[in-house]
Formats: sequence, C-alpha cells, structure tokens
Amino acid sequence: MADYENAIEIKELTKRFDGFTLDNISFNVPKGSIMGFIGQNGAGKSTTINSLLGIIKPDSGEMKMLGLDARKDETEIKRDIAAVFDELPFHEQLNAKMLDKMLRHIYPGWSSETFFGYLERFSLPVKKKFGKFSKGMKMKLQIAAALSHGAKLLIMDEATTGLDPVVRSEILDIFMEYLQDENNSILMSSHITSDLEKIADSVTFIDRGRILITGYKDDILASHCIMKCSKEDYAAIDRNNFISARVTDFGAELMFSDKKACEKKYSGAVIDSATLDDIMIYYVNREKKEWS
Amino acid sequence: MYIQCIMYISSIYIMVITMDIIISNSSGEAIYEQIVSQIKAQIMNGTLSEGDALPSMRALAQSLRISVITTKRAYEELERDGFIVSQTGKGSFVKGQDRELVREEYLRQTEQLISQACEKARTGGITAAELHELVDILYNGD
Repeated sequence: MADYENAIEIKELTKRFDGFTLDNISFNVPKGSIMGFIGQNGAGKSTTINSLLGIIKPDSGEMKMLGLDARKDETEIKRDIAAVFDELPFHEQLNAKMLDKMLRHIYPGWSSETFFGYLERFSLPVKKKFGKFSKGMKMKLQIAAALSHGAKLLIMDEATTGLDPVVRSEILDIFMEYLQDENNSILMSSHITSDLEKIADSVTFIDRGRILITGYKDDILASHCIMKCSKEDYAAIDRNNFISARVTDFGAELMFSDKKACEKKYSGAVIDSATLDDIMIYYVNREKKEWS
Repeated sequence: MYIQCIMYISSIYIMVITMDIIISNSSGEAIYEQIVSQIKAQIMNGTLSEGDALPSMRALAQSLRISVITTKRAYEELERDGFIVSQTGKGSFVKGQDRELVREEYLRQTEQLISQACEKARTGGITAAELHELVDILYNGD
C-alpha cells in the first residue's frame, strides 16, 4: 500500500435526499490520529459514514481512505479497515466460534488467536448466541472482531452510545492502545462528547448537512468561550460578534469563537471555557441568535 | 499517574523513568502547559536527570487519557526551551542543564510572581516604596 498522509480524505461530498442534503462536506482525518465526529441526530453523520463505506452512493465528491480511492479501490481498502455500528451486524443465532470461522474466510489478515484473545480479555463467552448478549457485550464483540484483522482504520458510528460509563471507559482504553501504533487511525461519531473531549485529536462538527467546524480539538476548545453578563450589557453588544446567546431572567450567556479577543474586549466579565456540548448547542442556535 | 515501561533494545536495557504527572481539568491552565511546567520543575529540582528517557508522546497520552496532539505540544515546547532533546525513532531525553538556562527560567517565573504582586499592590493602594521594603524583609528572612 502506498504511503499516505491522511487516513480519510473527504472532498466536497454531496448527497441529496428528499428533505435533507449533505452539502459539500470536506474534512480529513490525519494518519495516526483520532477524530471525533459530532452533530445532532439527523445532522448527517451516518450519511457521511455510509457514503464513505459505499453503503450509500453520493451524488458528487471525492473520498479517499488509506490513500486509495474509496470507490475504485473499495475491496482493497475494506481488507484493512473495520467499521463498528450501534447495532450488531452479525446474526443473533451466531456465536463467537462460528463468527471466527466465517471471518477467517473473509479477511485475509484475520487472526483467530487475536480474536479469541480479545474475547477472553472482554470476558465474552465463545459459545453463547449473540442474541443473548447485552448491549455492552455486543459492542465489545464488534470491537474484538474489528481489531482482529490488522485494520489500519477504525470507523465507529455511535458505537458507545447507550453504554454505561464503566464499559465506555474500558473501550476508550482499548482505542488508546490501538493508537499506540502511529499507523492506526480512528474516526468516531458520537454523542458522548465528554469522551471525545478527553482523547480526540481533532473534531469535526456537522449541522444540518454542513460542516461548521473542523480542526484540532485543543484549538477548538481553547478558542471558544462563554461570556456571562447582565441583560443590560447584552443589549449593547453587536449581534454579529457572537455565535448565539442564551438569555434568561437573570442575565445573558454568549458564546464567542475568539476567546482572546473576548477577554480583551470584555475584561471585567465572567468568561468561562466552553465544552464540546456547549459549542454544539450554541452553534445549533446560531440562526435563532437568542434562545433560552 | 505513574508511567513506567522498560524498553529492550538489542541487548541493552533502557529504563524509562517513572514520573508523576498530575493534570487538573479544572485549574484553568491548559493541559499542555501543566505538563511542561511539571516536567521543567522535575528537571530543575533534580528528580529527572540528564539522559533520562521520557515516555513516548503516545504512551503519555494514553496514560493521561489525553490527545497525542497535546503531549506533542508539550514536548515541542520543552525542546524549544532547551529542557529536552527529541530524536526521531529514539525518543525524548532530558538535556544536560545549563546553569544559565536554569537561572533564566527561575528569573522568568519570579518576574511573573512579582508582576502579580505589583498588580495587587496597585489595587490595594500600596506604594512602590512599601513594596520594596516588603521585598527586602522577606528576601532576607525574618
């Protein structure tokens, strides 16, 4: 496989549906990094991922994975990537032993030893039917399978949603272990922004089919802030200077995308750091401008 | 968080030092800055010695549960300020400490603290002369 800089390259991806359009989506996931893909339900995360994986055919745009064209080299790519979804893609009547036999014939790089090693590490029963697995067990099973054929890219679509904090923490540890090899990369779409806040290297935020923010997580978090002031002071602020404001009976909270400028201009005010959740909420309300 | 690993290269054992790095999520100080100041402090007070191998950026990121971009930034700053040296393929090592360099770092930190003291003094209506007197007393011990 040729050398490549970005594990995923998406350029001007567009897909039109009745009532929803994925509009000119562009972003890259650098090799050796983990990108958090955030956005509301229905914003276009799954559509983007499904387009990348060839489950949906886009109207236009270029997509590359591991340096190869996502459409032309689809088979070659799929030997070296793994996708994890929020629903178990394996039949409920199968068990791990049977799955191993099947996947051995599908992936040239499959290692049964690795697979059973993960099953043991996750305490997953080898002969139990998947239908009897709990949600957490189903997710760990998918991850065990994903990590057993030498995949260089993991694509996770809402994989940790619905899992308890303890299981999520275990899964995060596994991802961090996976990333110790700098040739491995992860694209992770998730609502659990607290997880991404910790470990994501970069973040892409999609809203109603458009990319609003994409960049290094540290930079995004360091440059945004929430300024809190009285309703009187709020009234005097130019509406174009901030993203949106939450106004209550007791004051106003405004989000700015340039923390340094905000601190300089409003030096007396309370200025708090913003979390990814905050950023999502304030940006989603950017057209409304004022909300509560 | 203790980071400890032993790397085996050909027949030589290289011990990566055990070190404590304690990150606060609520201190307001950027995480990479916290890492930089803690490592600097450990180098200056002798906890880390010349030639000690620091954990890899990825290993540190994994243990602290932060992004590798953050640890990379910290190591880059440490290298820029002359505290460590990074060799691709080998890792990052504590650099021999230049007396001058150490003194400059202490000078910088002291200046920062004095600046804070001046601001407080100004706010409280304390004159420069009173401040000078205070410094004399405190410096010479009471």
